[in-house]
Amino acid sequence: MHVPDGFLNAPTSVATSVVAAGAVGLALSRARRELDDRTAPLAGLVAVFVFAAQMLNFPVGAGTSGHLLGGALAAVLVGPWTATLCLTVVLAVQSLLFADGGITALGTNVVLMAVVGVWTGWLVFVGLRRLVRSAGVRAVPALAGVAAVVSVPVAALTFTALYAVGGHAPIPLGELAAAMLGWHTVIGLGEGVITFLAVGSIIATRPDLVHGARGLTAARELEIRTGVPA
Amino acid sequence: MGAGHGTHLHVEGHSVVHRLPAHTKLVGLVVFVLLVVALPRDAHGLRVATLLVAVGVVAATRVPLRHVASRLVVEVPFVVFALVLPFVATGPQRTIGPVTVSRDGLDAGLALLATATTSVLMAISFATTTSSRDLVRALQHLRVPDRLVQILSFMVRYLGVVGSQAQRMKVARESRGFRARSLGSWPVIASSAGALFIRSYERGERVHLAMMSRGYTGQMPVTDPLSAGRRDWSRALLPSAFAVVALVIGYAA
Repeated sequence: MHVPDGFLNAPTSVATSVVAAGAVGLALSRARRELDDRTAPLAGLVAVFVFAAQMLNFPVGAGTSGHLLGGALAAVLVGPWTATLCLTVVLAVQSLLFADGGITALGTNVVLMAVVGVWTGWLVFVGLRRLVRSAGVRAVPALAGVAAVVSVPVAALTFTALYAVGGHAPIPLGELAAAMLGWHTVIGLGEGVITFLAVGSIIATRPDLVHGARGLTAARELEIRTGVPA
Repeated sequence: MGAGHGTHLHVEGHSVVHRLPAHTKLVGLVVFVLLVVALPRDAHGLRVATLLVAVGVVAATRVPLRHVASRLVVEVPFVVFALVLPFVATGPQRTIGPVTVSRDGLDAGLALLATATTSVLMAISFATTTSSRDLVRALQHLRVPDRLVQILSFMVRYLGVVGSQAQRMKVARESRGFRARSLGSWPVIASSAGALFIRSYERGERVHLAMMSRGYTGQMPVTDPLSAGRRDWSRALLPSAFAVVALVIGYAA
């Protein structure tokens, strides 16, 4: 999933790096609102979680398995700005300490996964949440799942667009887009199901931790029970 | 494709590359790879030359070859793409033996293969010779925004902790007879992911409180700053110098 070096030409790589740096800079100032002064330790641990969650293998059958990308999941759990930072840091560590994903392609990878992946997921989630607000917190896992389904093919299309600008070989764009879209819709469906299940299990135990569910959980009156029979 | 991150790449050692200050290595790495990416598409000879430079750097790290080879696996999906490129790209055709392929696609495929391999080799030689602590110090030294560096430093610090927590949960699942074989196992793995999130988040809160009680004000003190002399810089930028020569030859020709 990570774009390596040499996939896109140098000007495109530099341009995406500039876009990525701008987005990360904006996220740095906005993430304070989501996590206040706890940003660094909490975002660090959430980044570790994303990294570890990407290593969980989900069997698809016939000996193959897939894994989570986690953009939409992170956005729903900790808010889009923090999620952008977490995914960026995960990609940087994967590229610099694990040699996974190109060095000059880091900007491209950040744009695709930490910006497009996270924000598509978040915007779809927020849009849908507005529509079914009355359903309350119960709808959040399903909305997160749908957001995840959409985020993967959109990131793939963004990649196709970048390839159209900075790719080295003339591939018929319609066919490339169709192939990328078809394949990533399948991946997206898997991502959606996993995100749905994971958010569901978190909502069941700690709905207060899910950023996307804020304001949806009904405030419960303090209930003092007296005279409990022994 | 992201599998196999379990083991840390860093290998202790005392080679020339190990002893270079981390920030000079990082700058050297980024400059070199950027120059290689900027080579003209059809300059295959020059690409092979830069590939040899990268091989030389890997050799200079004196890291066991087995270790390096196992990391090259991350490249596999793109090797496949590079092999497919000549057949799907358009443009003038060319016949090699029994097959007819697109000339542009062939050039692009070869270029991708060589560039990606060169860059992965360089990244491996950086990753194997630089500890995660040195990476954090290098980023600090290079004036990467402090918050980002802090998030990264917390991430690399707790990577092992959360990683082994995930591993323990896996052992616990499997000792209760769980086998991840079919789609039916997804709810189990997904709820493990959920539990892992809650545990990571709560650990983050505890870490934050522990730091507050030790006087954390939002900034990490810089102890033991990095420093580099002219000798270090010239060594770290040596591969880039070769790449500049290749680039000049490539565009002059």
